Amino acid sequence: MSQYLKTADSDWYKQRVVRVMFCVAGAFLILFARLFYLQVIHGQELRRLSENNCIRLQTTDSSRGMIFDRNGILLVDNRPAFDLSIILKDAKPIEGTIEKLSKLSKQTNVSESELMSKIGRNKGISSYKPILLKQDMGRDALAAVEVRKFDLPGIVVDVKPRRHYVNRQSAAHLLGYLSEINSDELKSGKYPGRKGGDFIGKFGVEKAFEPFLRGKRGGRQVEVNVIGQVVRVLKTVDAQPGQNIYLTVDHTLQKKAEVLLEGTAGAVVAMDPKTGNILALVSSPSFDQNTFVDGMSHKQWNSLISNPLRPMENKAIQGEYPPASTFKIITAIAGLEEGVIDKNTTMYCPGYYKYGNRVYRCWRRGGHGNVNIFKALAESCDVFFYQVGQKLGIDRLSFYAKACGLGTPTGINLDNEASGLIPTAAWKKRRTGIAWQKGETLSVAIGQGYNLTTPLQMLVLTSAMANGGTRYKPLILESVKTVSGDIVIQGKKQAVGKLPAGKTTMEIVKKGLWEVVNNPKGTARIAHIKGVEISGKTGTAQVVGRTNDRTQSEKDIPKHHTPHAWFVAYAPSVDPQIAVAVLVEHGGHGSSAAAPIAREIIRTYWKKDEDRRQLKAES
Amino acid sequence: MFDRRFVKYFDWGLLGFTFLLGLLGLATLYSAVTSATPTPQKILYFKQLIWYCVGMTGMVLSFLINYKSLDRWAPAIYAACILLLIYVLLIGKHVGGARRWLVLGPVSIQPSELVKIAVIISLARYYSKHANTKGFTLRELFTPLVLTIIPFILIVKQPDLGTAILVVLIAGSMTVFVKIERRSLLCIITGSTITVPLIWFLLKGYQKKRILTFLNPDRDPLGAGYHIIQSKIAIGSGMIAGKGFLKGTQNALSFLPEQHTDFIFSVLAEEWGLVGSVVILILFLTLIIWGLNIAYRCREPFGTIMAVGVAAMIFWQVFINIGMAMGLMPIVGVTLPFISYGGSSIISIMICIGLLMSISMRRFLFE
Repeated sequence: MSQYLKTADSDWYKQRVVRVMFCVAGAFLILFARLFYLQVIHGQELRRLSENNCIRLQTTDSSRGMIFDRNGILLVDNRPAFDLSIILKDAKPIEGTIEKLSKLSKQTNVSESELMSKIGRNKGISSYKPILLKQDMGRDALAAVEVRKFDLPGIVVDVKPRRHYVNRQSAAHLLGYLSEINSDELKSGKYPGRKGGDFIGKFGVEKAFEPFLRGKRGGRQVEVNVIGQVVRVLKTVDAQPGQNIYLTVDHTLQKKAEVLLEGTAGAVVAMDPKTGNILALVSSPSFDQNTFVDGMSHKQWNSLISNPLRPMENKAIQGEYPPASTFKIITAIAGLEEGVIDKNTTMYCPGYYKYGNRVYRCWRRGGHGNVNIFKALAESCDVFFYQVGQKLGIDRLSFYAKACGLGTPTGINLDNEASGLIPTAAWKKRRTGIAWQKGETLSVAIGQGYNLTTPLQMLVLTSAMANGGTRYKPLILESVKTVSGDIVIQGKKQAVGKLPAGKTTMEIVKKGLWEVVNNPKGTARIAHIKGVEISGKTGTAQVVGRTNDRTQSEKDIPKHHTPHAWFVAYAPSVDPQIAVAVLVEHGGHGSSAAAPIAREIIRTYWKKDEDRRQLKAES
Repeated sequence: MFDRRFVKYFDWGLLGFTFLLGLLGLATLYSAVTSATPTPQKILYFKQLIWYCVGMTGMVLSFLINYKSLDRWAPAIYAACILLLIYVLLIGKHVGGARRWLVLGPVSIQPSELVKIAVIISLARYYSKHANTKGFTLRELFTPLVLTIIPFILIVKQPDLGTAILVVLIAGSMTVFVKIERRSLLCIITGSTITVPLIWFLLKGYQKKRILTFLNPDRDPLGAGYHIIQSKIAIGSGMIAGKGFLKGTQNALSFLPEQHTDFIFSVLAEEWGLVGSVVILILFLTLIIWGLNIAYRCREPFGTIMAVGVAAMIFWQVFINIGMAMGLMPIVGVTLPFISYGGSSIISIMICIGLLMSISMRRFLFE
């Protein structure tokens, strides 16, 4: 240590402690001065402000983002609603206020007894908190209340944006709805800045894109007078509106599909096979989302949930159905890829197939005669595919089905998507304890066994057939934009897998699917239209065992025993622009109940597409 | 073994102040928790009574121990506290989005409160060994820096910004007290004037916004700014004589957030007015000066520096908490010693008082 350094001794410390004492005293002087400033200089004023708790916070709700279709057509927006509330502490004398307000009951539609019960129930609650008397009271009531405002101390009218679904019942399952936040959701921490009484997206797009749509609440600090009226606005924080959502759906197509499905239970989904963009997503029957926002009665709710056609279920993604003959696309791919058949393999169909000691019927009693793969697909010959399935065995068949994306959710950004079911021998053993029976493979091969699929899964498969083998994740979001139109997020196509099929296999199956519609004997020849070639596959999903009774005519079958009708299709056959999956519950045959719907959707889309191209050419 | 001079030199005055502040604190807390609507939380008052009993025991234990033995124990105490902090971060109890609490059977304690004491002891040990009149150079300050920054980071992670800032302020005050060498001080000042703006440019927009709001609550009129206004109204409306015990209205209507912890001074100032507030401020000021006087009279550097550290802790907590309630400071969760509700806060302040007593009554050893 250098000799200049002196060890700190006691006196040195003493000197420094004294300095610290002065610093502390100085700091306390600041506190004393501030105390004097607040309590003496501003004491009177602050006392006055405290007396009536004059400084209050008022929140302003942000307006929720709007939802548009791909062409910018408005699907969901907000309208102003006027809520009538009372602040008990300001409503003095309270009896007088109630009496005057009940005189306005004709306009406000709130009777005196209703007023009393609402106010009475909240007697214990902090009395500066507004108590809601009437939601959305309408403009007449607003005028009546505003005119008498000085006679009604403590009465407050709040303007709040309320959700409005422009097209009643349209795209309800896709768009979803809002509903009041519940206590579990409040506690979950997933909804920052929300409080009791707020509306949040509970279903569909409203839920999936809640963080973008919700915006940010604003508010203001105000000074109020004795009867609770704002005399001065101290500070304001503007609410930030939510961001707008542009969906991939085409409103015209959506509407068309809804009309086509009217009166039935079923689903229609359409997709751009090149991107996975969903063009239409319909589940029938639908419901009116506005009733969720405006509040619905017990009776309305009960009739909604007890309806046997299950309007609240999004059948396109939640409905699980036997894929029936549409599954033959997979059996065909598996058979060709595994070398069980090739394009020249011919089998004879006498109308049934004997396996073990059971007879498996073809849907056509008379049989199809000699059948190759093209004819088998075009005429949907069961016997051909029984034999292909038998040769493949269940596990190879399941492998291909799973590789085609069946048995797992497609990953669409909507809640509660079902996964469907693709059985394997191990699965059955685990599930039922009984070993797999060889005959069951035959049923699976024609889509009638344990296998279950959703319309959306079949659509993704069809799209992949159309685009040459790529499975895309179904996309509903085109973009999220700010109010001023800047893009926040752009939806991006996302490949999730490839079909397990080589080029030759694809070509063979595609030709088969072309013949389904374009061969005069094809099961979906009804779907043939001029101007655009369609490829597809029909399906008729039995819901009870196929009857062996020839005499029973189809008209006598009760409705709930009628098969589900399937049709999956894409168009044009070369360079496809649209893929469609149609399912009609208990609709009967795929060829008669589902194929025409798909045809009309493709026709609508094609016409629109043509118009657009023409417009482009002209300009 | 027992020296009669212990009784003779025992710091009765400090004990008296402690009791006085404790009683005033309990009275204020009683008002804060009973008049709160819609749910009075009287239970907190009784809990606080129990905490005071536990705190007394801690105080007695720490003045019985010869503070000089802490010099030897300092590394162990420090290590134990750091381990507790890490433990709390990993498996602490989650309350209101923060992991601060260590659950010991029926009670939860905050190790961050004890860490303040550990830092005071450790720094006192280091500084007393190396002090000289020229002050500490940058190189010599490296160890204290590490000793401070480890608990700082661990407490920020919890997150408990208030206590983390306190740790830094206490350590900083102690360092300034033992003097920083002139050139090193210049280096530190120029260094920070260059890096602070640099960091500012690197921050993202929302981070800047958060810091600005922290420094100036008025920028957040619906949150912190509103609380500050309500707190100022509460304090100011007390005027000179106050509204009277249990007569505060701001408190009663839950217009004040955290009225039994961070904003308890507003309750006191509203009910007791300028008179009561000045009394409380004078009590705190006397307590701090008393602690510094113990440092003054102690003949040995370790005790002196430790006493300064304890006085610094009390000073900063009082200054920040009351300054915040009056709108002079950013809003940080720092408790007001003796007054705010909180077991860990009470225990740690009582232990600190015990340390001061221990230093005070052993000063004869050097006479």
